Amino acid sequence: MKEITYKEALREALSEEMTRDENVILMGEDIGLYGGNFQVTQDLVLQFGEERVMDTPLSEAVIAGCATGAAMSGLRPVVEVMFSDFVTLMMDNLVNQAAKQSFMSAGKVSVPLVVRLPVGCGTGAAAQHSQSLEAWMCHVPGLKVVFPSNPYEAKGLMKAAIRDNNPIIFCEHKMLYNAVGNVPEDDYVIQIGQANVMKKGAHLSIITYGYSVQKCLQAAMQLKTRGIDAEIIDLRTLLPLDEKTIIDSVKKTGRALIVHDAVRTGGVGGEIAALIAEKAFPYLKAPVVRLAGKDVPIPFNKKLEQAAVPQVADIKKAAERLMRK
Amino acid sequence: MSLTNEKTINMYTKMVTARLMEEMIGELFAEGMLHGTTHLGIGQEASAIAACMTLQEGDKITLTHRNHVGCIGIGMELKYIMAEMFGKETGACSGFGGSMHLVDVEKGNLGANGIVGGGLGIATGAALKMKYKKDNNVVLCFLGDGATNEGLFHEAMNLASIWKLPVVFYVENNGYAVSMPTERSMNIRDIEKRAEGYGMRSIILDGNNAIDVYNMTFSAVQYVREGNGPMLIESKTYRISGHSRNDTEQRYRDSQEVEQWSAKCPIKRLEEYMLKNNIADEEMLKDINAQVTQELKEAILFSQNSIEPDVEDLQRYVYAK
Ligand SMILES: Cc1ncc(C[n+]2csc(CCOP(=O)(O)OP(=O)(O)O)c2C)c(N)n1
Ligand SMILES: [Mg+2]
Repeated sequence: MKEITYKEALREALSEEMTRDENVILMGEDIGLYGGNFQVTQDLVLQFGEERVMDTPLSEAVIAGCATGAAMSGLRPVVEVMFSDFVTLMMDNLVNQAAKQSFMSAGKVSVPLVVRLPVGCGTGAAAQHSQSLEAWMCHVPGLKVVFPSNPYEAKGLMKAAIRDNNPIIFCEHKMLYNAVGNVPEDDYVIQIGQANVMKKGAHLSIITYGYSVQKCLQAAMQLKTRGIDAEIIDLRTLLPLDEKTIIDSVKKTGRALIVHDAVRTGGVGGEIAALIAEKAFPYLKAPVVRLAGKDVPIPFNKKLEQAAVPQVADIKKAAERLMRK
Repeated sequence: MSLTNEKTINMYTKMVTARLMEEMIGELFAEGMLHGTTHLGIGQEASAIAACMTLQEGDKITLTHRNHVGCIGIGMELKYIMAEMFGKETGACSGFGGSMHLVDVEKGNLGANGIVGGGLGIATGAALKMKYKKDNNVVLCFLGDGATNEGLFHEAMNLASIWKLPVVFYVENNGYAVSMPTERSMNIRDIEKRAEGYGMRSIILDGNNAIDVYNMTFSAVQYVREGNGPMLIESKTYRISGHSRNDTEQRYRDSQEVEQWSAKCPIKRLEEYMLKNNIADEEMLKDINAQVTQELKEAILFSQNSIEPDVEDLQRYVYAK
């Protein structure tokens, strides 16, 4: 084991996969000498050259389309989107092109593509540089959506994503880039589609992903001092959802609190709540609670920004309230 | 490679195949035998087929919603195209794609597209792979005039140009995007001009003259294959058929215009050329037409006798293995 940051973990995964397979190439805006907007691709151009670490013009639509076509032809492109908000300019190519190729061709074409999205708020970048749009992507059969919550997951999921033959939306939370954690020295992958029980607990299930996992872990420590033993499920993959891990946990605890930064309406939380209602209803001791981002764009002012998404104190309060029901 | 007599005859055969096939598909729709919608390419046979015939092993094409003619051009088998029209398991996409999504990777067709301009990114990416692997291949990216007003067109043109990708943007300017004439959708007469803004070479050709299409596209493809970067070709042509099966009234154009263009029928013009240059005689042309008619009958029989895809397989291809 060694201790590295989330962004170093991503960089290691990219570098190791590029070394292993010459079909892996990187494309994105300012990912070469500049190193990417969040330094994830720092120095990779020196190691692999401009042929494999390709600075693109500001053309999100064709970046996604070109990567799709390259993937259909046998390369394994990894695309960096400067901010996840700009995925809006890629939507046709991801939703109508990449996600549909296998289906429309009855399996004759595949698209081994990874699209990296720096997601989320907390950086003071305001409404057009702070969104969490992952739920949109979950609504598209043919895509897979992953969201690592720590360096270990970042590296293992990135390697799995690069080796997968489908288009993967790879969400990276900006507030996690400098988070440190242990990763194995040797090659490993984390299976896509599998959630992880981050912390076992008996009283309630907190189902979450991404940056919120860290906040939920902190809340759980505080809850413990009050005698509440929370189980924390880190989803890791949002599409396809690991239904079994969620349902098994809720059957055990009888209480479910779903936490995410993304806005509440149409969020992944609604899907999970519905899933629990369908498959674990008789086990519930209290109604399912969703603690999500408020239905607002992300504001600039720091206090307002913090108020827009669940904080540790909010999670703690919601858990306590759920336990009283 | 210059156009040999054999190749000309082959080209003619494909053009007749496409014409008879499109007429048949139109009839089958009218009779309610086919489900969904379709975009026929009657009148554009030379434009699509002669261009495809300039390609070599390993070259690729991307096609538009109006793709059946190009599929014949690249050498897809009639029966697999027809079976897909019928939505059958034996079709090119096992009934999952239909008229707008015909694909045959082995033959070089990376796929048709239901999104106007949707093939632009894919073509650019396929060309990127060719350049990266030093494949000595090219991509022929088919587009309509309407697609050149999409944002992706401009991004793709620029990217292909700065990266010197081996792709030919082949714009079939048939005068309309559904009902919108190019005079109303852009302030230039020649789409070819758009290439200049991206530092790209371009040419205009008469898309109803199969020989011109072949020769000029061949030189363009060669230029691109030699690593000089992409090119844009504007093929001036006209669709005789309506936009889609729903386009029955056609109030946006007068019948005189259709008649004028019908007089420039690419198949008739090629016949005249072949007769004049002793490439074929009347009898040979008749034989070809009879043989294609027979093949088409067999393809329809094949389609009708094929089974439907299994409902059990509904989700089978959502993800690749
Ligand atoms: C992005 C998008 N917008 C609109 C449509 C509907 N549509 C289908 S074909 C077409 C016209 C396209 O015109 P052009 O590119 O000139 O091709 P043509 O039909 O003339 O072959 C339109 C508007 C679509 N399929 N995709
Ligand atoms: Mg048109």
